[in-house]
Amino acid sequence: MSEIFSPISVPAAKPAQAASEGAATRGVLIGISVTFLALFLVLPLFAVFTQAFSKGIGAFLDAFREPDAWSAIRLTLTVAVIAVPFNVVFGLAASWAIAKFEFPGKALLITLIDLPFSVSPVVSGMIYVLLFGSQGLFGSWLIDHGIQILFALPGIVLATVFVTFPFVARELIPLMQEQGTAEEEAALTLGASGLHVFRTVTLPNIRWGLLYSVLLCNARAMGEFGAVSVVSGHIRGLTNTIPLHVEILYNEYNFVASFAVASLLAVLALITLVLKSFLEWRFAGELAHGRAH
Amino acid sequence: MVETPRPRRTFRRPSVIPGFGISFGYTLTCLGLIVLLPLAGLVVKASGLGLSGIWDVATDPRVASALRISFGVSAIAALVASTFGFLVAWVLTRYRFPGRKLVDAAVDLPFALPTAVAGIALASLYAPDGLVGAPLARLGIQVAYTPIGIFIAMVFIGLPFAVRTVQPLIAEIDKEIEEASATLGATRIATLTKVVLPPLIPAVLTGFALAFARGVGEYGSIIFIAGNLPYVSEIAPLLIVIKLSEFDYGGAAAIATIMLGISFLTLLAINLIQAWSRRRFGYV
Amino acid sequence: MTNVVGRGHAVRAIGLSLLAGAGLWAGVVQASAETALLNVSYDPTRELYREINAVFAEDWKAKTGEAITVRASHGGSGAQARTVIDGVDADVVTLGIPSDIDAIAKLTHKIPDDWRSKLPNTATPYTSTVVFLVRKGNPKGVKDWADLVKPDVKVITPNPKTSAGGRWNFLAAWGYAFNQDKDAAKADAFVGQVYKNVPVLDTGARGSTVTFAQRGLGDVLPTWENEAYLVLQEFGADKFDIVSPPTSIYAEPPVALVATNAERKGTTKAAQAYLDFLYTDRAQAIFAKHHYRPIKREAAAPADLAQLPEIKLFKIEDLQGSWDEIQKRNFDAGGLFDRLSRAGR
Repeated sequence: MSEIFSPISVPAAKPAQAASEGAATRGVLIGISVTFLALFLVLPLFAVFTQAFSKGIGAFLDAFREPDAWSAIRLTLTVAVIAVPFNVVFGLAASWAIAKFEFPGKALLITLIDLPFSVSPVVSGMIYVLLFGSQGLFGSWLIDHGIQILFALPGIVLATVFVTFPFVARELIPLMQEQGTAEEEAALTLGASGLHVFRTVTLPNIRWGLLYSVLLCNARAMGEFGAVSVVSGHIRGLTNTIPLHVEILYNEYNFVASFAVASLLAVLALITLVLKSFLEWRFAGELAHGRAH
Repeated sequence: MVETPRPRRTFRRPSVIPGFGISFGYTLTCLGLIVLLPLAGLVVKASGLGLSGIWDVATDPRVASALRISFGVSAIAALVASTFGFLVAWVLTRYRFPGRKLVDAAVDLPFALPTAVAGIALASLYAPDGLVGAPLARLGIQVAYTPIGIFIAMVFIGLPFAVRTVQPLIAEIDKEIEEASATLGATRIATLTKVVLPPLIPAVLTGFALAFARGVGEYGSIIFIAGNLPYVSEIAPLLIVIKLSEFDYGGAAAIATIMLGISFLTLLAINLIQAWSRRRFGYV
Repeated sequence: MTNVVGRGHAVRAIGLSLLAGAGLWAGVVQASAETALLNVSYDPTRELYREINAVFAEDWKAKTGEAITVRASHGGSGAQARTVIDGVDADVVTLGIPSDIDAIAKLTHKIPDDWRSKLPNTATPYTSTVVFLVRKGNPKGVKDWADLVKPDVKVITPNPKTSAGGRWNFLAAWGYAFNQDKDAAKADAFVGQVYKNVPVLDTGARGSTVTFAQRGLGDVLPTWENEAYLVLQEFGADKFDIVSPPTSIYAEPPVALVATNAERKGTTKAAQAYLDFLYTDRAQAIFAKHHYRPIKREAAAPADLAQLPEIKLFKIEDLQGSWDEIQKRNFDAGGLFDRLSRAGR
């Protein structure tokens, strides 16, 4: 590490101490950080599981004996299976265009891609109501042609794609920018085709970042509440996703079942975090390896 | 990439890399269909009221107060989140302690945990009979069903943004510069405020802005823990839902457009800060 | 670079997880080809329609030999009406308050304007009223509407803008005050006093009940009579008491056929039969069992009827006029509720 390069000849006052905080300060800062995170982040997760198991494992399992719970799980998986790959393809295309080329208006384009991040989930749902609702812009046309978008799978998928739209692109753009274009240019000069270069040079460089973003995108897609709530219609056994099912159970005073189904999403969150940490560990090693060149 | 000045002006700077047309075209098509068209629909709906109509909605006391609560509480929450976020990021990158990896992973929890789940969990914790709410209630502090509840939920969802935007930069700080500063006789505080912090400021601002933008729009986790009282703890997204339930699409679209405009400006500011910082410091 | 093995892993990992997802989905997917009706209803009727729908399916099968499923959707009455207006494929709506069905009729014409005359008793198969749920032993001594304005009484009620139950509570308080000395201005002020005592305004009746019963907030929960009994059942009769005020409102949750939708889906006959079924003795008995007030009292079990005490009920139309006027005067933008909440702060 950098200690090796520590100056030896300059007669300075205790550089080793002054270049970092004292042990006591460190202890206090670590203490504050860990307490803060425990109070704000870990405790809610803990609450989900204690509530879910508050009446024993039998009551917990009962929540999954209901066919409505299974149809919610099925719908949520279906939505994720459509929405996530869509955003992967979009993310790859967008990051390629933005990171590998220089053109004016790039900051604006990135901002537009980011926009769904900061649009209220409620608004994300509402915009599709305004477009496809029977009072909406395309409403009467859709009715005439017997196409149901809102309160059915397409509407839920659209709202989910919208809220997860920036996830993959935003992860890959800085990654590709950092890696520059030298490797690709070298491969191209050697006569490789564009697609071949993408597959053998670019993709290996971004693969962990890609997988990482897919994980987060998937977690958000399965967990989205506000936007889906506006376009779902809440039809039991038909258009309820897992988060909506959680809300329904909660409103039926079935708190154990509600937290039990919620714990399913919490477990998904935990798996996501574990995989993510694993990737970071893998990725960090590789990055260091790459820098050693 | 070496810059090759050419006399011919083109939209993009020339490059040997292929696929600009298809990737750029696909990006714009998706962006247009999924994001811009629906948002344009929103603005069209709102503009049906006319500028004066939108102004009337925005200045309606109840809407104005909901916007004030959403933006005000979110600003405070983002401030707290970025302060503690900076501390957490510093501790996680600079110090080694047992369980550090675990704590690091926990930071992303709000990214992964669905907002509705977070909402009912927070409500059960901070209610007057909850694990945290009960001791606070004995001190005379009520969290759930007050603006403090909104604040808690917003800090929860904003924290990972604040940590994750500064963390990589702290990791990249060259320790040698700090040591040079120390060897030249600067105190630790002086080294931190004069040498370490300045290049981090854009990232801290970005984290603040992201947490802020996210907090303003948040719905799922807040409605369970806020009291939802008009003029006290009613947030703007809830007011949109209420307007929809009243079949007032124009009013809902107007509030949404106002929020959208502010979000867009916030994001544009972030990206400009980032572009500036990339030019100034060579990294994001 | 030696990335080839690693890349294979990553691609395979993504591929496998997609495949696993698809497989899981295909595994649990099930075909359903039978006739299905959709009943879009309001919040507190979940338990009621779960039973009604099962019994109706049984009855339909016995009469026609056809299998039928009735799906249900629940939520705040206004939000539910909104989804029908925006295009939910409802065959029938069973909402909490007439003005929500009026809104669908007016905005979409999917329901004929004269829907009230299409079914008996102004299309209301059962009625209900507003009673008080209080903590065990009634520590604050809440007996009548006048007690809600006492300074030390905290009232939990849903937002009248989004919840039908919230609107009935609002109108019941107003009607009580108006009946005291027939002065609308005084009644307005009384309602304002009540809402000054409200610390939490949930979006639906269910949200308010959770706040009151689960979170322990407030001293009194004015609520649907059926909802009050359900709370005793779900949370324990040892924690709460029901107080029936001497006078309260005659609450009419109406039902209607969404004619255009049913016609398009070819379900008109079944949907009409479903609504007619609500007026049969069998359904009426189920209403009473769930603590709604049946319109055919003779069909209900005497034990169930005994739980619905005599309360002097007034109709809000007799005091304020048509539902159009009621909605406009109290709940539309700039109406009484808006003015009260502005003045209250």
